[in-house]
Amino acid sequence: MTGPGNGATGPGNGDRPDNGPPLLEVCDLVVHHGQLRALDGISLRVFPGEVYAIIGANGAGKSTLLRTVAGLHRPTAGSVRFDGQEVTRLRPELRARQGVVMVPEGRRLFGSLSVEENLLVGDSYARPGPWTIERVYEMFGWMRERRNQLTAQLSGGEQQTVAIGRALVANPRVLLLDELSLGLAPVVVQRIYGMLPQILATGLTVLLVEQDVSQALRVASHIHCLLEGRTTLESRPADVTADQVEAAYFGLAGTASASPPGEGGEP
Amino acid sequence: MGWVNAIIQGVLTGGLYALFACGLSLMFGVMKVVNLAHGDLAVVAGYVAIGVITVTHIPVLWSFLIVVPLMALLGYVLQRTIIQGALDRSVLITLLVTFGLSVVIENGLLQFFSANSRAIGTGLSLVSGSFTLGSQIQIGYLLVVIFAVAVVVLLGLQYFLSRSRYGRLIRAVADDREAAQLAGADYRHVFGIAAALAFGTVALAGIAYGMYSQLSPTTGTDTILLFAFAAVVIGGLGSLWGTLLGGVVLGVAQQIGAQINISDEVLAGYIVFLAVLVLRPQGLISRRAQS
Repeated sequence: MTGPGNGATGPGNGDRPDNGPPLLEVCDLVVHHGQLRALDGISLRVFPGEVYAIIGANGAGKSTLLRTVAGLHRPTAGSVRFDGQEVTRLRPELRARQGVVMVPEGRRLFGSLSVEENLLVGDSYARPGPWTIERVYEMFGWMRERRNQLTAQLSGGEQQTVAIGRALVANPRVLLLDELSLGLAPVVVQRIYGMLPQILATGLTVLLVEQDVSQALRVASHIHCLLEGRTTLESRPADVTADQVEAAYFGLAGTASASPPGEGGEP
Repeated sequence: MGWVNAIIQGVLTGGLYALFACGLSLMFGVMKVVNLAHGDLAVVAGYVAIGVITVTHIPVLWSFLIVVPLMALLGYVLQRTIIQGALDRSVLITLLVTFGLSVVIENGLLQFFSANSRAIGTGLSLVSGSFTLGSQIQIGYLLVVIFAVAVVVLLGLQYFLSRSRYGRLIRAVADDREAAQLAGADYRHVFGIAAALAFGTVALAGIAYGMYSQLSPTTGTDTILLFAFAAVVIGGLGSLWGTLLGGVVLGVAQQIGAQINISDEVLAGYIVFLAVLVLRPQGLISRRAQS
């Protein structure tokens, strides 16, 4: 076992700006879906103000990782720490109230509620902070005009924006974004990711999962590539070549990763 | 004139049936629980009211103020314990557990109160009296009051669900439990509140039926639960106003049946129930058609 090696001086952390202790820390996480080992010893540390992107192919375990951080999956082993507190066994609603808020894959808006009611639900257990429904309306003028419509009447991109707004009004400290680009036109995806700087300016930290690697490389300050539940690459986007990312993404032989994937643990 | 009378009586009885049904509809709409103990719990509420009135000698109407909150509390506790425990396993287990609850309550009532039926004596001339329309139509004040209570209860539920914070959370949890959790909502607590509301209406239904007719340990399943089911299915699952419509259609069908032959009253209601199940299984007002 090489487990302890992933501790404080974990790999790939080389020249990251060190803003004190990590806000979110995942250690040696193992998650099973029935018999399937979806995550196999994943560790990561997200520092305040970062945009930390998890990339990887379909079925690599990205969403499982994010959902475990949000509390929707119970890990078999390993731990999740938020702001120095152990939250591995904490229920998702209690994590949300502490500031770990996820925008789930596929938007998951409340279909029988209006746009405004969706935001009000997000606001129900909000922490104090800069985000209010009014501020979301200021950022997206169209939403105020259409606040009484059911969300089914909105386009996919608009729905995604409402889903982000619903998460923002809770005033998260870490915003978890699960596959924002799924099912949306590239132009719309660009526009939605274009909002990130404004969101980050209010002091949020973002942990996102993205299948669209080029999009992730554009917005992220740190990338973490998964393949079949294991880490194949962890680095700043500027420090890797496209070939290295491709190799890590597809798991090609002779993976030229910036960090050792820790295969020594295999029997 | 006999037919007009039948329809008027049917509509008014429909208010009582809507009162039976709205709690059942709410429990199903929010947590997908088919509560087979629904009717027995209404009978329990009626018996508790009789007990409270006998012991404390308070006026009948005051018993509502004690029994309704008491049943609401029982609803919250049952939901957070037995029903939630069953829901965590499967829908089928939930059905079996509420069936078990029904059997236990019914036999408990038989054991402690015998099979004799009891009525809740109102002692109010306004409630036991009636007025006549034209020469043949006689309308009891009690049915009119119950109809009005049913409408007020439905309006209140509608207002609570659409306007209040917890109403919004109830609808959100019914839509997508996981997404509601991600917004910080403890769905178990929200379910408990929905059950408390439902049990509050169950208490009203039980007391109202005790005043209108008589309660016995078996009334819960053989009358209240079945009529509630029929009203919910006819009206459309999960739709509150559909519940009122379902109750009214059931009531009118029964009265028209009775007009044809007095022994056909109950059968006629069930024939309409069956016809709706076959021809329009989503009910007259389906939830999907509304949105």
